[in-house]
Amino acid sequence: MRARVGSLSLLAVAILAASACSSAPRSRQTAVPALQAAPEPAPAVRVALPATSLTEEQRIVHALNRLGYGPRPGDVERVRQMGLAKWMERQLEPSRIPDEPVQVALQAFPTLTRTVPELVLAYPEPDPKLLAKVQSGEMTQQEMRQMAPPERRPFRIPAELQAAKLTRAVMSERQLEEVMTDFWFNHFNVDARKGAVKWMVADYERTAIRPHALGKFRDLLLATGRHPAMLFYLDNWMSTRADLVAPAGPNKGRRMGLNENYAREIMELHTLGVDGGYTQQDVIEVARAFTGWTIERPREQGTFLFRPAAHDQGAKTVLGHALPAYGGEQDGIHVIDILSRHPATARFIATKLVRRLVSDEPPPALVARAARTFQDTDGDIRKVVATIVTSPEFFSADAYGAKIKKPIELVASAVRAVGGEIMPPGEPGSQQVGGGLALALQVAKLGEPLYQQQPPTGYPDVAEAWVNTGALLNRLNFALALAQNRIPGVAVDIGRAVGTADREKPSRVLDALLVSLLQGQARPETRTVLAAQLDNPEIIRATPDDRRVAAPGRPATNTPAANTDVDKLAALVLGSPEFQRR
Amino acid sequence: MDCHCTRRSFMKGGALALLGLGAIPRFLVRAAYAQGGATRPKILVAVFQRGAVDGLSMVVPHGDPSYYGARGSIAIARPGGSQGSLDLDGFFGLHPSMAALKPIWDDRHLALVHACGSPDATRSHFDAQDYMESGTPGVKTTPDGWLARGLQAAPAPGPSPFRAVAMGSQMPRTLRGEVGAIAMGSAGDFDVKQGMAGMGGGVNARVGFESLYEQGVKDILHGTGRETFEAVKMLKAAKLERFQPENGAQYPRGKFGDNLKQITQLIKADVGLQVAFADMGGWDTHAAQGNERGQLASRLTEFSDGLAALYRDLGDRMADVVVLTMSEFGRTVRENGNRGTDHGHATAMLVLGGPVKGGRAYGRWPGLAPEQLYEGRDLAVTTDFRHLFAEVAVRHLGIPASAPIFPGFSTNPAKYPGALV
Repeated sequence: MRARVGSLSLLAVAILAASACSSAPRSRQTAVPALQAAPEPAPAVRVALPATSLTEEQRIVHALNRLGYGPRPGDVERVRQMGLAKWMERQLEPSRIPDEPVQVALQAFPTLTRTVPELVLAYPEPDPKLLAKVQSGEMTQQEMRQMAPPERRPFRIPAELQAAKLTRAVMSERQLEEVMTDFWFNHFNVDARKGAVKWMVADYERTAIRPHALGKFRDLLLATGRHPAMLFYLDNWMSTRADLVAPAGPNKGRRMGLNENYAREIMELHTLGVDGGYTQQDVIEVARAFTGWTIERPREQGTFLFRPAAHDQGAKTVLGHALPAYGGEQDGIHVIDILSRHPATARFIATKLVRRLVSDEPPPALVARAARTFQDTDGDIRKVVATIVTSPEFFSADAYGAKIKKPIELVASAVRAVGGEIMPPGEPGSQQVGGGLALALQVAKLGEPLYQQQPPTGYPDVAEAWVNTGALLNRLNFALALAQNRIPGVAVDIGRAVGTADREKPSRVLDALLVSLLQGQARPETRTVLAAQLDNPEIIRATPDDRRVAAPGRPATNTPAANTDVDKLAALVLGSPEFQRR
Repeated sequence: MDCHCTRRSFMKGGALALLGLGAIPRFLVRAAYAQGGATRPKILVAVFQRGAVDGLSMVVPHGDPSYYGARGSIAIARPGGSQGSLDLDGFFGLHPSMAALKPIWDDRHLALVHACGSPDATRSHFDAQDYMESGTPGVKTTPDGWLARGLQAAPAPGPSPFRAVAMGSQMPRTLRGEVGAIAMGSAGDFDVKQGMAGMGGGVNARVGFESLYEQGVKDILHGTGRETFEAVKMLKAAKLERFQPENGAQYPRGKFGDNLKQITQLIKADVGLQVAFADMGGWDTHAAQGNERGQLASRLTEFSDGLAALYRDLGDRMADVVVLTMSEFGRTVRENGNRGTDHGHATAMLVLGGPVKGGRAYGRWPGLAPEQLYEGRDLAVTTDFRHLFAEVAVRHLGIPASAPIFPGFSTNPAKYPGALV
C-alpha cells in the first residue's frame, strides 16, 4: 500500500531513505542531504541572504511561496534545519535534487515522453465522417467511443500534460524548476487547441522549455523558435519568400508569401518588449530571415524542417545588423543571437521575472540589477533569478504576501498545505487521468485552463487578471471541495493538519489550522472572524452521532469522535484572503 | 431570508453617498459615477456560432445563378416545395429548419447581414475567433474583448454585478477586460457550495466566508469579496425560478436552450443585465453536412428554435433587447469530396429584436460566380463585421461612437449596415 511518509518525523524519513526507498516507490521521499555520506560539490550559485526585517520563519515561508508552490506540512522546519541559503542554492540547481517519487508518479502518463511523430501516429484525429454520423444520429456515442476510443484521441495528450503539471507542482522537490517551467511556458506560450499543436505541446515543454528553464536564455529562445509547436502556433511554418508559388501539395499553384506573426511576437513578446525599439521594417526583415523554418507534414510527421526553396535568400538588415545573402537556415539563428543579446531583452526579461517573483510593480532598482546580471552572464537565467531572490527587495516587508496567487498557484498550494495526495489514474485504458486532471479542471474553473491560453502573451502575472466576482466564488468553492475531500483522485485528511489538538476545544483546533495552513501568519482580524465562526452550530457538533446524521454517505475519515467540523473550518482558512496571497 | 442587500437598498441611500465609505464594491463605484436612469436598460444578447457556420445554407441565396451549380448534393432547394428554403425577399431564403424564425422576419423584427465577416484572410478557427472576439483582426496581442471595451465606455444602467454575464464556466474573450463580467455555468451554481445536500449547510459556510472578506481592508481582494457576496445574495433574492417560459415559448433541449432560458430569466428579474453572451458549437461541417435534413439541419433547428423561444418568452421586453449572432468565418462555396464544406470567408449574421429594422437583408451581395469569389473559392466579405458590431454597440447600447471599441479601425454611422432603428 501507499505509505504516507509526509507526516512522519524527519528521522523516520531519513531511515526510510537510507534503507533503499524502492520498497515504497510511490511514497513521498524527502531529501535529507545533511545525512548523506558523500560531500556535495560546490553549488552553481552561492547564495548569501540580505539583511531583512522579516523573521526567520517569514523568510522561509516567503521563499517556499515564491520559489515554489507553497509549504507542505513540515517544510518550514525542514528548510530551517537545512538552512534557507542552502535550500535556495539547491533549488537553483534542480538536477541535483533527488525526485524519484514524482518520476514514478509520472509513469502513469505515457504521452509525456513520446516523440511528436509517435504521438501523431498513436493518437489520430477521429474520422470526421464518424463525427458526422454521431451528429446525424446514424451512430450512437457508444459506437463512436468503440471506433475511436477517447483515450486514443489527440486530446489525451494535453490532458495528461495538465495532470502531470499538477502532479509535479504538488509533489516535486524541484519546486523552482516547476515555477520557472510555468513562467517560461507562458512567456513562450502556445495553445494546445490550435490545429496540430495538440500533438506537439508535451514535447515542447519537455524538450524546449524545461531543460532551459534555469539555463541560457539564448538556448531557450532557439529551442522554442525551432520547435514545431511554436512554428505552428505562430504560423511561421507557412511563411515563405514573397514570390513563392507552391510547387505541390494542397496549395499547389497558389502564391505563398511572408507571414509576419512569429517575427513580430519574437520581438514584442519573447525578447525586446513592445517598446524595445524595433520597427515594422525590422518585423519584415526578421520574417524574411525565418522563411523556410517549417514543419515536415504537421499532421503526419510534425518535426522541424528547413525548406531551402521557401527561404528568402536575399540580404537582410535586422536592428542595424547586416545578414548577408544566402544565409539559409543560419539567418534565423543569427536573428536569435542578435535578439537574445540585445540590452532591451535583458531589461524586458528582468522586468517579467521580478514581476513574477517579487511584486506586481517591479522595483526599478532591482530590475536594473537583474538586467545587469543578464548582460554580464550572457543571459544566464540561473544567475538572474539568484540576483532577484537574494535581493533586499525580495525579502522586504512590502513584498511579503504581496502577490495574489494565480489559479494554479492557489490549487497546488492548497493541496500542498493540507498534505493532500494525488492518486494515479484508475484502470489502464480508461479515460480517468487521476487526481492530477481533477485538479487541473479546478484550475480551469478558476480561469486558467492549462496549455489553452489563446493569446501569445500567456497567462498574466498580476492580481487584476485573477480577482473577480465569479473567480473568487470558485476559489471559495474549491477550498470547500478540497477540505471536504470531494475532489476525485485527491486524498485529503484534514485531521492531520490539526494534529493532536483537542477536538473538543474548537479554538485549539482553529489555532492548529492557522499554524499548519497559514504558518501562523493570519492577521488578527482573520483570527477574530474565524473564532466567531466557532459559535456557528454547523462547526461544533455535539456528538459523533450527529456527524453521521449530518453527512449521509460521506466516506469515513481518520478523525474519530470529532466534535468540531474541522473540514469546514479548514475550508474557511483556505478560502481566507491570506491564503489567496503568496 | 430577507433581501436587505439588493440594489434597491443601495440606491435608497444614494449611490454617491457610498463613495465616502472605505473599500466598497467596485460595481457600486462605477454605478455612482454613471448617469443612472430610471428607464429599463438596453440589452444585447450576443450568440457565437463556434466552428464557422455555413452561411450559404443558413441563409440560402436561392436567387444567385451560381448557387445550385456549386453546391451539388448539399444545396438547399428553391422555395416552393415541401423541402425548399423559406423565401425572405425573393433572393434569400431561410434554411427550412429555421421555420421558427420566419414569423419574426414577417413581423419585421429579424434582419440579416449577408457576406459579413473579417477582412483577415485566416482560415484558422482559432485565430479567426480570437480576432472576432477581440475585435482586432490580425492583431493577436489585444488583451481584452470588444464588448468589454464597449461596456467600459457605456453608461451603466445601475449598480449591478450582473451587468455582463457569459453563460459557461470560462469567460469568453469577447467579455474579457476590466468591465468585471461574470461567467457562470448556470445560475444555480452561483453560490457557495458547501457539499452537504439537504442540510442547508451552505448558508453557514457562506456567512463564514462573507465575514472574512467584510473586514475593512482596502484592497482588490476584499473589494471583490464584498462584490461577490452581494452578487450571490442578489441572485438569490431575484428568485430566477419564478420566471418560467411565457407565451408558450419552448426552449430546445440542450445547453444552448438552457443558456438562453437563463438569460431570459436574468432579463425578467431586472438584475441590471446589459450584455449576455452564449455560444453554440457543431458548425464545422467538413463531411456529411446534409441539405434540408442532416447534421447541419439539426444544428440549425436547435439554434433557431432557441432564438425564437427567447423572442416569444420575452414578449414586450423584446422592445429593449437585441440578439446578434456571429461566427468566425463562412464555408467554401463549392461542396468538397466528403459532402461537406471547408473553411471559407464571409458568412451571414442575424440581428433580432424590437429595435431592429427587420424583414430586410443588409449588405451588398458580392455574387457566387467564380470571378466574384474571394481567392477564387469563398464568399467575399462586403460588410466588415466591425461595422455591424459598432452599430449595435452605438445605436442600441448607447456607447459613444467615439469609444475605442475597435482600436485602429475607423467606423462611423455612415458605414453601419443600418439594421437598427
